[in-house]
Amino acid sequence: MKQLIYLDNAATTKTRPEVVQAMLPYFTEYYGNPSSVYDFSAPCKKAIADARETIAKSIGAKTNEIYFTVGGTESDNWAIKATADAYKDKGKHIITSKIEHHAVLHTCEYLEKQGYEVTYLDVDEFGVVKLDELKKAIRPDTILISIMFANNEIGTIEPIREIGEIAKEHGILFHTDAVQAYAHVPINVDELHIDMLSASGHKLNGPKGVGFLYIRSGVKIRSFMHGGAQERKRRGGTENVPGIVGLGKAVELAMADMDERAAKETELRDYLIGRVLAEVPYARLNGHPANRLSNNANFAFQFIEGESMLIMLDSDGICGSSGSACTSGSLDPSHVLLAIGLPHEIAHGSLRLTLSEENTKEQIDFVVERIKAIVQRLRNMSPLYEDFMRKSGKR
Amino acid sequence: MYTEKVMDHFEHPRNVGEIENPSGMGTVGNAKCGDIMRIYLDIDENQIIRDVKFKTFGCGAAVATSSMATTMVKGKSVQEAMEVTNKAVMEALDGLPPVKVHCSLLAEEAIHAALWDYAQKNGIEIKGLQKPKTDISEGEEEEEY
Ligand SMILES: Cc1ncc(COP(=O)(O)O)c(C=O)c1O
Ligand code: FES
Repeated sequence: MKQLIYLDNAATTKTRPEVVQAMLPYFTEYYGNPSSVYDFSAPCKKAIADARETIAKSIGAKTNEIYFTVGGTESDNWAIKATADAYKDKGKHIITSKIEHHAVLHTCEYLEKQGYEVTYLDVDEFGVVKLDELKKAIRPDTILISIMFANNEIGTIEPIREIGEIAKEHGILFHTDAVQAYAHVPINVDELHIDMLSASGHKLNGPKGVGFLYIRSGVKIRSFMHGGAQERKRRGGTENVPGIVGLGKAVELAMADMDERAAKETELRDYLIGRVLAEVPYARLNGHPANRLSNNANFAFQFIEGESMLIMLDSDGICGSSGSACTSGSLDPSHVLLAIGLPHEIAHGSLRLTLSEENTKEQIDFVVERIKAIVQRLRNMSPLYEDFMRKSGKR
Repeated sequence: MYTEKVMDHFEHPRNVGEIENPSGMGTVGNAKCGDIMRIYLDIDENQIIRDVKFKTFGCGAAVATSSMATTMVKGKSVQEAMEVTNKAVMEALDGLPPVKVHCSLLAEEAIHAALWDYAQKNGIEIKGLQKPKTDISEGEEEEEY
């Protein structure tokens, strides 16, 4: 196999071997249905309860406020659609931002078609939601504010405490998509006044296809999956026991070494950002310079296109991602990059690299050298670069 | 995601560059996805394309189709070059993913634009050649999902 330098941890992460080990017995040994009465199923029930407790503790919640789902997308859909339904007598207005994940945005667009009104808040040039706009957007019929904890593309961490306070002051429910932030930054739902929180296992070195939704007790929320009595009748369906066990283990491990991991990632991230900005001309950093996820670096290189960059990086075994129109399938550049004010052609040259603690300085050095060569090569075949050099009299 | 031929032309693009004082030059863009392609032609007095160069700001498929298209028009008469359609280029590359078909249109349009420029400058008529659009996304319909 060719070498692999994995720098796409915002897309998904490697499942920790300890997590896999913890899951294995729940396939072949303890395979009972947790809802059954016999003793054989007792370990399954207990395993779910233990995972729930680990997770509840990690955000300062109670165990009966944690509901297992298949991941971030389901949690977002559930939180938004079910509150919209349960509170429609109070009003049909929802506030979110322009930089949410599609799991939130497309859900809101769907609700608009069902007669709800949605305000999509602007963000500033760093991707931070504007609090004064939030206050202005609130109306008597506003039932929900849904703002992500941290952005998956540019890594910007939102002012969640302030948003939570504003929501609380006005008696409006506050949901946050914490898929990128949970188990990477400390979160306490009471201190931050969060009423609902979405998280996903595969972004924190846990398994894919499992996540949870935190729902503060007292929040009226409808069942999303109608079926059996699992998850206090809120979410029917036989539990994904191995997945839930894996999620619990991943959370336990991630919470234990969070600070250490973040410090290591931050150091590497800042080294990467520092070198790229110093050594590649016409490059910029997207997202907040300080308030950003410890593993996220997002650049825009002028005059070139992201997919071409990704393919060339791939031939060196480097995995990254881009918000370029050409990679989106929809021919539109990333809505996040447009929302922070990047013109189309600059959004085109975006490159997101998201690290993990497994990455080394040597890898980053190699990646920077490759980026320098690739950017130059692509610029040499770019008509935009040619025009720019002509205009600026450099040739 | 791409065929071997596409990867070959992407990794080793033929005819990248510029031509000083070209006989014809055309730049077209797809404002929708933001890509831009430029073709330079050097055409001799017998209307044979002696040399061709390109520059592309776009994805892997855009680079590969530009490269392949330049190899296909080189040495041909301007009239023969009209037969290098996006379909012919795609076939020569063993196909493109459906979302990338529009990139191959860019190559065809850029060649047409360069031929148009040449025809205009020299008062020549090339059969089947129409005034090219500068933005090929014009008139494309948005799909509902
Ligand atoms: C911010 C955010 N929300 C939601 C999701 C969706 O999560 P999942 O893949 O678990 O459905 C992602 C994952 O890409 C994400 O980054
Ligand atoms: S040039 Fe944009 S998708 Fe091919």
